[in-house]
Amino acid sequence: MVKYLTQDSAPILEALKKMKAARLLPFDVPGHKRGRGNPELLEFLGETALSFDVNSMKMLDNLCHPVSVIKDAQMLAAEAFGASAAFFIVSGTTAAIEAMILASVKSGEKIIMPRNVHRSAINALILSGAVPVYVNPATNDNLGIALGMKVHDVANSIAKHPDAKAVFVNNPTYYGVCSNIAEIVKLAHKNNMKVLADEAHGTHLYFNDKLPLSAMKAGADMAAVSAHKSGGSLTQSSMLLAGKNVNVGYLHQIINLTQTTSASYLLMASLDITRRNLYLNGEKIFDKVINLVEYARDEINSIGDYYAYGREITDGDAAFDFDITKLSIFTRSIGLTGIEVYDLLRDEYDIQTEFGDLGNILAYVSVGDREKDIERLVAALSEIRRNYKKDASRLLTSAYIEPEVKCTPRDAFYAEKKALPIEETAGEVAAELVMAYPPGIPILSPGELITKEILEYIKYAKKKGAQLTGTEDVTLSRLNVIN
Amino acid sequence: MELWFTEEHTKNARFSIKVKRALFNKTSDFQRIDIFESEEYGRFLTLDGYMMLTEKDEFIYHEMIVHVPMCAKKDAKNILVIGGGDGGTARELLRYDTIENIDLVEIDEDVVLSCKEYLPFVAKSLDDERVHIFYEDGLKFVRRYENAYDMIIVDSTDPFGPGEGLFTKEFYGNCYKALKKDGVLVNQHESPFYENDAAACQRAHKRIADSFPISRVYSAHIPSYPSGHWLFGFASKNIHPVKDADFDYWNTLGIKTKYYNTNLHKGAFYLPSYVWDLLEEVEK
Repeated sequence: MVKYLTQDSAPILEALKKMKAARLLPFDVPGHKRGRGNPELLEFLGETALSFDVNSMKMLDNLCHPVSVIKDAQMLAAEAFGASAAFFIVSGTTAAIEAMILASVKSGEKIIMPRNVHRSAINALILSGAVPVYVNPATNDNLGIALGMKVHDVANSIAKHPDAKAVFVNNPTYYGVCSNIAEIVKLAHKNNMKVLADEAHGTHLYFNDKLPLSAMKAGADMAAVSAHKSGGSLTQSSMLLAGKNVNVGYLHQIINLTQTTSASYLLMASLDITRRNLYLNGEKIFDKVINLVEYARDEINSIGDYYAYGREITDGDAAFDFDITKLSIFTRSIGLTGIEVYDLLRDEYDIQTEFGDLGNILAYVSVGDREKDIERLVAALSEIRRNYKKDASRLLTSAYIEPEVKCTPRDAFYAEKKALPIEETAGEVAAELVMAYPPGIPILSPGELITKEILEYIKYAKKKGAQLTGTEDVTLSRLNVIN
Repeated sequence: MELWFTEEHTKNARFSIKVKRALFNKTSDFQRIDIFESEEYGRFLTLDGYMMLTEKDEFIYHEMIVHVPMCAKKDAKNILVIGGGDGGTARELLRYDTIENIDLVEIDEDVVLSCKEYLPFVAKSLDDERVHIFYEDGLKFVRRYENAYDMIIVDSTDPFGPGEGLFTKEFYGNCYKALKKDGVLVNQHESPFYENDAAACQRAHKRIADSFPISRVYSAHIPSYPSGHWLFGFASKNIHPVKDADFDYWNTLGIKTKYYNTNLHKGAFYLPSYVWDLLEEVEK
């Protein structure tokens, strides 16, 4: 009898349990053979984890060509997220973002995107050879953060580049800011462009009505969702969602270009379990997160000087909506950069936050947090203000720097290049990426003109302890420029 | 039939008490609460299976956590007790007529209710009009106060349960802020003996020493606690626990104690060499 698939089942998990009960004698990979061949690893990860670290086989299906349990699990995921199709991704949302861009724009074709995209979007441009048309994100100058795109600016870009194939949207940004994605979808579709959403920070939007609109609900064509962030699955597990007008066969081929043929069942089972949990309990879970964060915001704002911002920063356009589960805190008002507060929290108070930038920190609050953990964070922030507060005027406000694109990221990346001392690069064109991590948004992207202003910013970020990455020279004393 | 309560002091060492009967059991919002009756130790309270107090030896803990700081700071009038829902610490504090107010912050109301019913020898103090109970997270409570208390006594559980936040640097820093300029902080400081307890003890000492100019440790012998050797922390902005103690004055008060006396007060700060080393290691 064929079992009717419902959201309370977890096909991959169930198949794994059956596989274990069958007590197969493994003459296949992985070579640790349920951990027996690697006792130290077995002790570290435990018998349960290693007994399920297995390879594709008939009863477990195959992610490259799903026909049974993985197919079922992906169908359930699609239904749970309101998508036409869902693909499990085991190499991070980076792979999901790269796949949706590669599936939408070919070499020489245009894609409209905000400049404050994750590095994976820029990397996808290097791989595909597509031409970015940047929409400058609006900025909140007080907080020093980039917001979303204004609808008007997207409309202008579409009018100027009617041949563009796709529009890329962050939904939301790392800080929790959402563009008016529904309006952008309408505009794009009217002009035969696809809409691709980076929902690395948006898994939860699908499961609670008090949160901003999800990309699939807004009618977007594809969305990359980091189930492992707000969803709670294992690190590196992610999903790519597709809407109704996507050629899913082609999309699958694109995914298979780079995705492993030995997909981890631990990661896939974690996606399966997470989907079921979110579908069944998501509303309750995120109500709890919202309450915790609202409480934290009120308490942090009553400490003084700090500003934990919420929906009040929305403006009906570039900050169309705000994800109230994000606990972003403005710290420059206590005279400390976000990076400094981030370091103090970790070094002095044993509290690890998600990131600090020049003026803000982000504390990631999720299903796993308890009230007493929030109390520790609030207490520590209050102590940092008491013990470390400085004169706020010593700090630079970080502003969005508008890039000047000289050639495509791909042409720049593969061009003949030379490595110059970074201070001598003003006026040259960058052949590589420079980013402050986190939040992982490029300061310079390949093909962009290097200006004095950008060099100043890099120097300041470096001095304040930001981790700068992306360059061939890891110390960033030299930078590759086009010869 | 034999019924035994067993606590694992380590994975390989256990402490057991033969139980006559179980008097109370409830899993509250925060922890599992049990009260038993025994031949050897009388009635005893455990939280999540960890021994909190026994009728037979609770006087040692409660006398030492109260009379040492009260002798060092005889003018303390406004006291904050964090934890201490059993009432033992409040009972000892109430023996000082000079104390005007005791705020007691206990996260778990069920602890107070069950102790009032089954352990009146400690908990009846909680009905005194000088005692005000707040059912709240201690870390949250203390954060709101500045220059308010003469003394804070942290009478908490171990750092691996609801009491976790009370062993953090942010908590001690907030206590510093909540204390008046010559205020005193005393805390139960875990045991130096078994490896895991010793590590917790070291971490607590480091964090207190980071927050307070004066941070000393004293010890007592509590048979029902792991290893029987228990430490307390004494921290302050400017008061030394021995040099500033007024022993003659304390002896005129006529407080009858079973464990504490003013000679023992001095002696309690002389620690075994291995404990001294353990603490010194994190003071640098």
